Amino acid sequence: MVVAMFIATLTAATLRVATPILLAAIGETFSERAGVLNLGIEGIMFLGAFVGFYTADVSGSLWVGLLAAIMSGILLGLLMAFFTVTLGVNQHVSGLGITLLASGLALYAFRLNYGGSATPPSIPPFEQLTLLENIPVLGTILNQYMLTYIGFLLVVPISWWVMYRTSFGLKIRAVGENPEAADAAGINVFRIRYIAIAAGGGLMAMGGAFLSLSQLGAFTHGIIAGRGWVAIALVIFGNWNPSKVMLGSLIFGGTYALQLRLQAMGLQLPIPYETFLALPYIVTIIALVIAGRQASYPAALLKPYRRE
Amino acid sequence: MHVVEMRQITKQFGDVIANDRVEFQLKRGEIHALLGENGAGKTTLMRILFGLYREDSGEVIVDDQPVRIGSPKDAIALGIGMVTQHFALVPPFSVAENVIMGYRDSLSMDMKAIEAEVASSAKKFTIEIDPSAIVRHLSVGQKQRVEILKALFREARVLILDEPTAVLVPQEVDALFDILRNLREQGISVIFISHKLNEVMAISDRVTVLRDGRAISTIDTSSTTPSELAKMMVGRETFGVTRQGEAVADQPILQVERLCADDGRGLQALKDISFVVNSGEILGIAGVGGNGQKELAETLCGTRQPTSGGILVRDKQMSGASPSEMTAAGLGRVPEDRHAGMVGELTVADNMVMEHLSRFTKRGMLDRKAIKNYTDQLIEQFQIKAKPSDRARTLSGGNMQKLLLARVLANQPDVLIAPQPTRGLDVGATEYVHNQLLEQRQRGAAVLLISEDLDEILALSDRIAVVYEGEIVGVLPVHDADIERLGLMMSGVIKENKDAVPQI
Repeated sequence: MVVAMFIATLTAATLRVATPILLAAIGETFSERAGVLNLGIEGIMFLGAFVGFYTADVSGSLWVGLLAAIMSGILLGLLMAFFTVTLGVNQHVSGLGITLLASGLALYAFRLNYGGSATPPSIPPFEQLTLLENIPVLGTILNQYMLTYIGFLLVVPISWWVMYRTSFGLKIRAVGENPEAADAAGINVFRIRYIAIAAGGGLMAMGGAFLSLSQLGAFTHGIIAGRGWVAIALVIFGNWNPSKVMLGSLIFGGTYALQLRLQAMGLQLPIPYETFLALPYIVTIIALVIAGRQASYPAALLKPYRRE
Repeated sequence: MHVVEMRQITKQFGDVIANDRVEFQLKRGEIHALLGENGAGKTTLMRILFGLYREDSGEVIVDDQPVRIGSPKDAIALGIGMVTQHFALVPPFSVAENVIMGYRDSLSMDMKAIEAEVASSAKKFTIEIDPSAIVRHLSVGQKQRVEILKALFREARVLILDEPTAVLVPQEVDALFDILRNLREQGISVIFISHKLNEVMAISDRVTVLRDGRAISTIDTSSTTPSELAKMMVGRETFGVTRQGEAVADQPILQVERLCADDGRGLQALKDISFVVNSGEILGIAGVGGNGQKELAETLCGTRQPTSGGILVRDKQMSGASPSEMTAAGLGRVPEDRHAGMVGELTVADNMVMEHLSRFTKRGMLDRKAIKNYTDQLIEQFQIKAKPSDRARTLSGGNMQKLLLARVLANQPDVLIAPQPTRGLDVGATEYVHNQLLEQRQRGAAVLLISEDLDEILALSDRIAVVYEGEIVGVLPVHDADIERLGLMMSGVIKENKDAVPQI
């Protein structure tokens, strides 16, 4: 029974940890499939976390906060698209620029509204859904936030379906592989890229807002803590396929949840606890090295498209 | 005695046998052509010799010693060099740097001394090249020379050239052949992979013909004829097409009026181009490559914006329209570059419906069943060797071209733009494309054939327009056209009815 409960809480924690990274990574998948590497992901998540928190605080509605966060992601996505698709600026430069801009904007607005108060402001976050609470193990696992359910049960299947079963998805894949051919076939390369990057930005911000609205009920400087960069690695690990990206996020989430528990056990080990903290990242690197060998990058990734 | 001997070489990819017990012998100081259609196994055999592939069975013998060639490094150590169609050069580096790259790795490099060494090597092999030139600034022909020099600098005694003339203009081909003849005199053996009969006849001492992965025969070039080689290559005697009947040129379908356009660098590429293509006729645009043909095709298809002038399709002004508007107006095109015309990572079926996705979409969802049926039907109709679920990039060149033809012809376009439709295709596939174009003419379509291959232009066109430096310098009915006159027009020596909008 102890073992069963351990596995149940571990699984539940895995899903929780994986949610924000999953949402962001699916967003990145759309962008990259259309041929644009969005390194603005970290900043978009950060601003999403802030906008979600602030709007929820002011309006008193967590859902309005979430919606505002998604809107902020879409706007930053459009900005990214303007730089990379319309102007054809180097994608690394514009992505990092967006991350710096969005992070600065979020911190500035946070200072402006909450000053330097000693205790960080907080709001009551989303409640966890309690489904089948009375069934011991299953109840523990299903004890999750709404956004986790939305991420795993809606965003992933819909993304997969859009990508592989709709003509819109076919167009995304076509403009990311061979924009010349897509253009000649009458597909509006610019429009498809704009839509894919903007939608991706919305998902990234949603991932950020999960952290401030569901898990913490607060906004802190280190709230994203490199999750955006991990998401980019997971997109490569998942070979730009939403369902494999989900698998990657579970591996990362699982290792993260496990190391937390290893720390909490207070084992008297001759290694410092930071080693445990590094574990998920080490596993990500190993997984990336293994999967990255077969990675088939969208052929037009990083290349701006220009009609001559 | 042979420099290289390959015995009973077999290589299989999945269930395709690329080489089936192939025998190949190379003498010292000979130019040995490896002739065959696309997919006959020529490149596979040579990739095995150069260590890029490992044979499944068989034996490679160099200087009477059995060898294992596991990598290009092993091959180079044995004195074997290969120049592929895709050059392995670093564009920002100088010629000398590219030549020594990976071969000399001393810590400090005296570039002056290295350049002198490369220059003397180039001189020895009569390769004209400036060692200090930056590779990025070189023409394709010059880059190829750098690749050849790179192999010779590594003391290659056997030089493999994979379709070296595919990327060259005629003058560069002559220069290449001079270099090869000189290498032969210095005792170097050259393997010349090609599917062009006249080149094989012109340059080689012996020919080995491959067909469907098997070596059909090895013969002295002097004792054979082009038609005998062609027969061995395709396994049947007759090929070539015949145009039937005079064109019933009644109705102008495509009218181009004083069309101007710039090239990618902003220089004027098309100067006041005017012509008419009638229903049921093929207008051939002849000319040496780079005289505006690419820009003309792109402008007509809507992927390049004209700076001025008109494009009328069935009297409707389409100048400046987008590709999808052009398609809707009844214009179809066979893309000039097969690989740019399709998305290699997508399936054959996806590529087939890409131009009219809306027809196969129900409420945003792809109707996969309809797509598969449609593709199955076209695969059968156009004899494409592929399954709908195959990735497009796995197809051979000929089958890719069939796919693209099927995609455009299934719509029965009023106007068909066909720029260089047979470039890089083998004899069989070329014949297939020619027949398809003639069928469109028979059906009443207006066909614009843009080609650098004069034989192709003469065989298919009803009228021939010659383009020179972005201008139409003359239009002739095919029965008035002879090679000499066309040649003079193509080189800009004579200009005819320059200002007249050509009539029928």
